[in-house]
Amino acid sequence: MSVDTQTVKRVARLARIKVSDDDATRMTGELNAILGFVEQLDEVDIEGAEPMTSVVDQTMKKRVDGVTDGNKADDITRNAPVSEDQFFMVPKVVE
Amino acid sequence: MTDLTKLTIAEARKGLKNRDYTSLELTDAFLSNIEAANAQLNAYVVVTADKARNMAKASDETLAKGDGGALEGIPLGIKDLFATNGVHTQACSHILDGFKPAYESTVTTNLWADGAVMLGKLNMDEFAMGSSNETSYYGDVINPWRKQGSNQDLVPGGSSGGSATAVAARLCMGATATDTGGSIRQPAAFTGTVGIKPTYGRCSRWGIVAFASSLDQAGPIAHTVRDSAILMKSMASIDPKDTTSVDIEVPDYEAAIGKSVKGLKIGIPAEYRLDGMPGEIEDLWQKGIAWLKDAGAEIVDISMPHTKYALPAYYIVAPAEASSNLARYDGVRYGLRVPGKDIVEMYENTRAEGFGNEVKRRVLIGTYVLSAGYYDAYYLKAQKVRTLIKRDFDLAWANGVDAILTPATPSAAFGVADQDLHADPVKMYLNDIFTVTVNMAGLPGISVPAGLDKDGLPLGLQLIGKPFDESTLFQVGQVIEDAAGSFEAEKWWG
Repeated sequence: MSVDTQTVKRVARLARIKVSDDDATRMTGELNAILGFVEQLDEVDIEGAEPMTSVVDQTMKKRVDGVTDGNKADDITRNAPVSEDQFFMVPKVVE
Repeated sequence: MTDLTKLTIAEARKGLKNRDYTSLELTDAFLSNIEAANAQLNAYVVVTADKARNMAKASDETLAKGDGGALEGIPLGIKDLFATNGVHTQACSHILDGFKPAYESTVTTNLWADGAVMLGKLNMDEFAMGSSNETSYYGDVINPWRKQGSNQDLVPGGSSGGSATAVAARLCMGATATDTGGSIRQPAAFTGTVGIKPTYGRCSRWGIVAFASSLDQAGPIAHTVRDSAILMKSMASIDPKDTTSVDIEVPDYEAAIGKSVKGLKIGIPAEYRLDGMPGEIEDLWQKGIAWLKDAGAEIVDISMPHTKYALPAYYIVAPAEASSNLARYDGVRYGLRVPGKDIVEMYENTRAEGFGNEVKRRVLIGTYVLSAGYYDAYYLKAQKVRTLIKRDFDLAWANGVDAILTPATPSAAFGVADQDLHADPVKMYLNDIFTVTVNMAGLPGISVPAGLDKDGLPLGLQLIGKPFDESTLFQVGQVIEDAAGSFEAEKWWG
């Protein structure tokens, strides 16, 4: 499978990365090189193989469903590019 | 007085305890090396000199009382991927501009609890994506090694290139690093240092900036096998904050060093012999086999038929996980924000300016392979292939193999801005051909310096172990180190 420039632009939109026409053209070639490389996997007989979900043989650890952390809104918003009164500020999203 | 920066951690540990020198003297010696060298080598992105001296003084007080942890007063460098409270933590990306976490990663918390001293944060490939440390927002790291009679700059490997260079150039005693496809072992091999990636689940991933969560593991880079065992013991832990941290007590890895390898079964996988592999790599491998045989190990030929599919499967699994993990960088909660006419354009502008080309490439590949209609063809298939790769290893262990010996990399360090490697992303990815299988199977792997190539550049051998059997890697690794000796770059920098 290979991608065309339109597909690269669509995927970039899904990934929320702005790409110029030049970027998209360059990336199309690069992405096709990688997709060409991974095509080797078509040779593998995967009949009966389960997809890996955990590389280590261990049941997922669970913790008590309780509040164990909190009351640190200042710490959490401290690194925000724009914040006000412990809120993250973003451009208006509702008309 | 002897050059304190030439000591191993094991030696310094003894000297500090005997009060032959103080941690402050040791720390100052490294700080002055960093000051002299960093403009040329670019290993550190931030030097925390005041913090280092304060930590060293505190260690000296503890040592004066006859107390102290396993790493009391030992100065270390920390890869920029580890969250360090109040200190630059950006995964060497522009998108985390100015980010200083209000928390500390579990691995570094463990190191400080054992008395280690932080010298600063180390350069790396952006978000740990790279094999040459040329994708960092903070510029290329330069390998302290050069070809004989040449002044061409070489790469230190990646992504933990800053860690490897800092250790090799004596800018710290040891360093933390991380490994998703080879990012500890390949730079260790390129710089004549020892690097180990432990079993998945051995080190907590809490507070380490995520790249590919099912593959990422932290580990140390150090001068000797013993030093890496000392660091590994402190870095590893059982952590309730990471659900993939495994409930197995951390053993005393040092106890394995010096034990005979007599009777151990060492597997040699035929599939790691690549077409067109340089003769020197094959020779090095044969030398390693001979050393282990001489030490009494039993050498057995094994077959791992899915080896060649590990790298293509990795380039589906890792970007898929990365595209998901990196979705959080949106210009809202931390780091860079580039305005736009609405919120979506703000996201798009921020991510366009904040991510470098290699990161964008991988996020796009990941988004594509996970997108509607392609998930089964790519991601699901890759996860099935991953099961088969792990099965190859499981079969070797079931047949009584104790460890597997392979080359660490298909070549020695290459030049900065290599035209050939930059023209084709896949060529750069091939650097990880011998190391990536280990991540896909979640196993421990160590790279030990084993010799120099015809140009005088270091080469490494890799040992792969059973899950949570890092001890055997240290045991066998020491035999290689004893036979090969140690390697030091000839000093040309500040």
